Amino acid sequence: MNKDNKILTRETFNTSLKQSFIKLNPKVMIKNPIMFCVEICTAVMLVVTINSFFQGVGTDHSPFTTHHLPESIYNLVVTTILFLTVLFANFAEAIAEARGKAQADSLRKTREETPAKIVNGELGMVNGKKNTGSDLHHSPLTIHHSQEYTIINSSQLKKGDVFFCEAGDVIPTDGEIIEGLATIDESAITGESAPVIREAGGDKSSITGGTKVLSDKIKVLVTTQPGESFLDKMIALVEGASRQKTPNEIALTILLAGFTLVFIIVTITLKPFADYAQTPITIAAFISLFVCLIPTTIGGLLSAIGIAGMDRALRANVITKSGKAVETAGDVDVLLLDKTGTITIGNRKATHFYPANGIDEKAFTKAVVLSSMADETPEGKSIIELANVNPLTYKIENPKFIQFTAETRCSGIDLGNSRIRKGATDAIKNIVERAGNKFPIEIAEKVKEISSNGGTPLVVSENEVALGVVELQDIIKPGIQERFDRLRKMGIKTVMVTGDNPLTAKFIAEKAGVDDFIAEAKPEDKMNYIRKEQADGRLVAMMGDGTNDAPALAQADVGVAMNSGTQAAKEAGNMVDLDNDPTKLIEVVEIGKQLLMTRGTLTTFSIANDVAKYFAIIPALFITAIPALQGLNIMKLHSPESAILSAVIFNAIIIPLLIPLALKGVAYKPIGASALLRRNLFIYGLGGVILPFIGIKLIDILVSIVM
Amino acid sequence: MNTEILAIIAMFGVTLLLSIPLGKYIAKVYAGDRTWLDPVFNPIEKLFYKVSGIDPKNEMTWKQHLVALLTINLIWFLISMAILMNMSWLPLNPDNNPSQSADLAFNTTISFLVNCNLQHYSGETGISYLGQIWLMFLQFVTAGVGMAAAVVIFKAFREKSTTQLGNFYDYFLKSCTRILLPLSIVIAAILVFEGTPMTFEGKDTITNLQGDTVQVSRGPVAAFVPIKHVGTNGGGFFGANGSHPLENPTFLTNMTEMFGQFIIPMAMVFAFGFFIRRRKFAWMMYGVMTVGFLLLVIPNINMEMHGNPAISALGIDNSLGAMEGKEVRIGAAASGFWSIVTTVISTGSINSMHDSYMPLSGMNELLAMMINSFYGGVGAGILNFFIFIILAVFISGLMVGRTPEFMGKKIEAREMKIAMIIALAHPFLILVGTALSSYLLSHNPETYGAWLNNPDYHGFSEMLYEYTSSAANNGSGFEGLGDNTPWWNISTGIVLLLGRFLPIIGPVAIAGLLAEKRYIPESAGTLKTDTGTFGLVVFVVIAIVAALAFFPALTLGPIAEYFSMR
Repeated sequence: MNKDNKILTRETFNTSLKQSFIKLNPKVMIKNPIMFCVEICTAVMLVVTINSFFQGVGTDHSPFTTHHLPESIYNLVVTTILFLTVLFANFAEAIAEARGKAQADSLRKTREETPAKIVNGELGMVNGKKNTGSDLHHSPLTIHHSQEYTIINSSQLKKGDVFFCEAGDVIPTDGEIIEGLATIDESAITGESAPVIREAGGDKSSITGGTKVLSDKIKVLVTTQPGESFLDKMIALVEGASRQKTPNEIALTILLAGFTLVFIIVTITLKPFADYAQTPITIAAFISLFVCLIPTTIGGLLSAIGIAGMDRALRANVITKSGKAVETAGDVDVLLLDKTGTITIGNRKATHFYPANGIDEKAFTKAVVLSSMADETPEGKSIIELANVNPLTYKIENPKFIQFTAETRCSGIDLGNSRIRKGATDAIKNIVERAGNKFPIEIAEKVKEISSNGGTPLVVSENEVALGVVELQDIIKPGIQERFDRLRKMGIKTVMVTGDNPLTAKFIAEKAGVDDFIAEAKPEDKMNYIRKEQADGRLVAMMGDGTNDAPALAQADVGVAMNSGTQAAKEAGNMVDLDNDPTKLIEVVEIGKQLLMTRGTLTTFSIANDVAKYFAIIPALFITAIPALQGLNIMKLHSPESAILSAVIFNAIIIPLLIPLALKGVAYKPIGASALLRRNLFIYGLGGVILPFIGIKLIDILVSIVM
Repeated sequence: MNTEILAIIAMFGVTLLLSIPLGKYIAKVYAGDRTWLDPVFNPIEKLFYKVSGIDPKNEMTWKQHLVALLTINLIWFLISMAILMNMSWLPLNPDNNPSQSADLAFNTTISFLVNCNLQHYSGETGISYLGQIWLMFLQFVTAGVGMAAAVVIFKAFREKSTTQLGNFYDYFLKSCTRILLPLSIVIAAILVFEGTPMTFEGKDTITNLQGDTVQVSRGPVAAFVPIKHVGTNGGGFFGANGSHPLENPTFLTNMTEMFGQFIIPMAMVFAFGFFIRRRKFAWMMYGVMTVGFLLLVIPNINMEMHGNPAISALGIDNSLGAMEGKEVRIGAAASGFWSIVTTVISTGSINSMHDSYMPLSGMNELLAMMINSFYGGVGAGILNFFIFIILAVFISGLMVGRTPEFMGKKIEAREMKIAMIIALAHPFLILVGTALSSYLLSHNPETYGAWLNNPDYHGFSEMLYEYTSSAANNGSGFEGLGDNTPWWNISTGIVLLLGRFLPIIGPVAIAGLLAEKRYIPESAGTLKTDTGTFGLVVFVVIAIVAALAFFPALTLGPIAEYFSMR
C-alpha cells in the first residue's frame, strides 16, 4: 500500500487546487468563521477596487504622501493577496483531505470489482448451525463445487449473503468466517507478508476484503452493507461530508472567534478614533489591519490539522471511526495491554526440562514429547521444538489423546498401558498422590523456583509417577521497557492483562516495567478495571479482538479492535487496527497528543505574530497625519504602503509555509508537561513574535524594490 | 538610596509580609473555622440571620449565588436612591447641603454600588453626613459582595466535585464583619492620630495667614477613608480625594492608605492558596501579579521623579520631579507609586492629578486598568485574573498535548464561551464608549467641544481614561474632562454596571460549571499550573490580550503624545 510520506504528489496537488476553489462557496466557508471573515473582506475589497478603477486610474485619494502606486492598483494588489489568503487556507484543508482520501482509496481499490462466489440458496440467511471450531480438523467443508455457487460481482454483495473462497481467491468484501479455516495473505492491508490463519468460531473469524486466501476453503458471511464498511466510514469522515468538529476543536474555534471579535471591535472603533485625530484611513488599510490581526494562520490550518490527525492514524494502519477518538487518545491516562503479543513475544516457550532424581533424561524427553504430540497450543509446540525430536519417530500404538479441560487442568496421551499426563502442578500432584505415590520434593522445589522466576512449570507424570518439570518462559519483547518509560513520562499508566497466576504476572510486570497488572484475567475483570479507573476520572484505552472483549472495548474511552477480531469487537471499539499489532495503542496515543499540540502551538504562533503586525501597520496608518509616530516604526519599513502590503503578504504566505507542519504534526517529546510547555512556548511563542519581524522586514525590502 | 524610594519599598515589603498571615486568616474565616472575632460577631450575625430568616448553613448552587447577589444589590439601589434624593430634610445635615437630583443620585448610586465611586459631586457641598454614612455602608457591602463572589470560586476548587458552593450571605457577612471592619478600625485609629477629623459637626471657620476667614468642611472623615481604601472603593469624603489634607494629612497616612488598599487584594491571593490547599498556585498568581505591577510602577516612579523635559526646557528647576498636580508633602515618587497602586487595584482614589502625569505614566495607569487583574479590586481582581487563567490553561494545555484542564477539571466549549465573552466585554466597553464619544466630538465640535480642556492626543487620553476607569470599576478620573453632562453620566453609568456584574457572573458561572464536572487526578502528563512556566503563559496571555486590544487606542493617545513631546 501507499506509505508515501511525501506531502505533495502532482495528483493530490491538482485535486487540492481544484478543491480550494470549490471551497470558496460561502456556505462551506461559514463553517470556519475566521476564514469566512477574510472572504467577506476580500469581497469588500473587490468592490472597493472596482470602484477605484472607475474613479480613474491615477487619481489619488490615498492619504500617503510617499505613494508610488496608483490607488486602484494598490487596492487590486491587496484584494489579490486577501484572495490568496483564503485560497491558501482552503488548499491546506483540501490537501489534508486529498492525502487521507488517497490513503483510503488505495486500501479500497484492492477490494473493488472482485468476483464473489456466492453460495446458492444461502442468500440473505445463514445456513445451518455455526461450527464451533473444535471439530474443525475432522469435518471437511461441506461445499461441493460446480452446482452450488454462482459468481457475482463483489459490489452486489449484501449484508447477510454467504460466499465462499478457496486457495487463490481474493476475498471480495469484509465478513466473518462461518465455516472452515484458511491461511490468508493480508499484506494488501497490513503490509505484513507472513500469512495468517483465520478460522470460524473463536476470535480470529474476521476477514477483510482485498486480502487473499492462500490455502483451504472458507465460507463467509457478509457483515456489512456495501458502502458501510469501516473504510467507507473513514473516507466519509476525511472527505468532510460527515466530519464533525470535535469538542476541543469547537472550544478552540470559540477562542479564535473571540479573538476575531476583539479585532472587529478594534478595527471598527479605530474609525472614529482616527476621525478625532484627523487621520483619514483607507478601507484597504482597515481591511488589511483586520485581516492581519485575526488569527488567520491557525484559522486556515485548523481543519487541516484535524484531518491530518486521522490521516496519520490511517498511515499507522489504524482506521478511526471519528476525529474525536484520535483526540481522546491524546488524553488517555491508562493503557490496558494484553501481555501476549504486546509485552512478550507471542506465547510462552519451553526453555528447560528438569527430570526428577533417578529419571533418565531421554525417557523424560520422550514422555514430554509424546504428551505434547496432540497439543496444538503454542506452548505444546514449543516443547517439541525444544526437545528437537520428531514424535513420529517413536513407536505409537493405539494412541488416545486426552484433551485439556479446565477441570482436569492437564492433557496427555494413553499408549497401550502407559498413561502420560502433563499439566499444572496441583493437577499432577493430585493424580500422583491419589495413586498413593509420593510427589518428589525436588520437583516441588523446582516448581517453586520456576514460578518465582516468572516461568510456568508443567509437571509430567507417567502412570501416576511424577517424572519431572518443564519450564515455560515468557520472552519479553526487546525495547518494551523503554516504551513503557516513555509512556510513564507522558503520564500514562500501563496495565498488563494476563491469564497467568499473580506470581508469574507480578514477575513479568516488574521485568517489563508496567505499572500494574491484572492476573488470571477474565473478560469481566478488564471491564471492572476500566470502570474503576473511569470512576476516578481517568481515561482508559484498550485493545481487544474477541467477542468477549466487546463490552470492555465499548466501555473504554479508546477501544482499538484488531482487524482480525470478531465483528462484535470491531463494532464496539472506536478504532480498528489493520495490522493487529497490540503495541499500536502507544502510537495512537502519540498521534492524539500530536494533534492537540499542533493546534496549541499554531494558535500560539498565530497570536504571537500580531505583535509584529501591529508594529508594521499601526505606524503606517497614522504616520502621515502624526509624523512623530515614526518612532513606532521600529522595523524601519520603507513606506506606509509597503508596510501594509508586507504585513498582508506575510500573513498570507505563512499559511502555505506551515501546511507541512500542520500535516506532519508537531513532534511530541515525552519530557514532562512543564518542560514541553517551555519548549513549545520558546519555539512557537517567542518564535512567533520574532519571525514576523524578520519576515515582514524582508518582504518590505522586496516590495520597496518592486514599487 | 533615596528615602522616598526606601519608604515605598518598605511599605511594599510590609504589605507583602502581612498579607500572608492575613490570607491564612481569611481562608480560615471562609472555611468556617473558629477565629478570635467569633465571640464578638457571632451573636450579632445570629441576630441578623434570625431577623432576615436566612439559614447560613443552606448551601447554594452557583446560580442561586448569583440570584442572591443581584437581588441584594437591587435592594441597596432602591434604598440609596431614596436617601440621596431626600437628604436635605433628613437628619445629620449640619451644612444644609441639598438633595441630589434624580440623575445625579442615579449616577452616584450606581457608581458606589459597583464598587467604583466615580463621583460627579463634591463631598463638601453635594451630600449630607447621612448620605456619607450611607455611601460608607455601600463601600463596606459592595466590597463584601466582591469577596463573596471570589469565595464561590475558591469553594468550587476546594471540593473535588460538587454543586453546593456554600452560602452567599454567610460569605458576604463574614467578609464585612471579620475582615473589612476590623482592618478599617485599625486604619481609622492611625488616621485619627494623624489629624483626620471625626465629627458630626458642621463647617469650621479658621483665619488664615493672610487674615482671611475660611470655611473648612469636616465630618466623620476618619471613619470613611479607611473603608474607601480597604474596600478598594476610592470615593473620597471630599472632592479632592486623597490629595485633600484632611483625608490624607501626612506622608504616614499616605503610606497607611496605600497599605489599606493593597492588603486585601494581596491577601485574597494567598487566601485562595490556603483555602484550596495549593499554596504554590497562590505564589504563582502572586508572582505574575507582582511582576506586572512592578513593570508598570517602576517606569512611573522613574518618569515622575525625572520631571517634565518641556518644563526643564523652559529653564525651570525640575529636580523635585514632575510636581504639577502633586502634593509636596507626598512627593513625586510616592505619588507615582500611588497612581499605579490605585489603578491596578480598582480603588481609584487619587493623591495627585493623573491628568498631569507624563504621557507614558498616564499610559501605564490606563494599562493597569485595562488589565485590571494585577491584584485587582477586593474579590474582583481574582475574578478577572481567573478568566485569564482559563485562557492560559486552554492554550498551554493544548501545547502539551492534552485537552485542557484546570485543577482536575476539563475546560470545554461552554467555559471557553463564557471566558471569551468576559475577556471581550472589557475592551468592548472601553473602546466602544470612547469611539462613540470620539464620533460625537469630531462630528459636532460645536455641541460637544466643551468636554475637553485639552484637545489633541491628551483629550483623547482623557476620554479613553474615563471609560477605562468605568469599565474597570476604578472610579479615578484623568480629569480635565467635562464629565457632568447627560452623555457622560448615562454612558459611563451603563459601562459601570456591565463592567461590574459581567466579570462577577462570568467567572462564578465558569467555576460553578467546572465544580460540577468529574475530577481528573493529576498525572505526569498533566500541565502543572503552579509553576513559573505556567505563570509566564498567564502573563503573556494578559499582556497580549491587553496589548492587542488597546494598542491602536493607546497609540492615538499617550504614545502619540509621548513621541510629540520628544
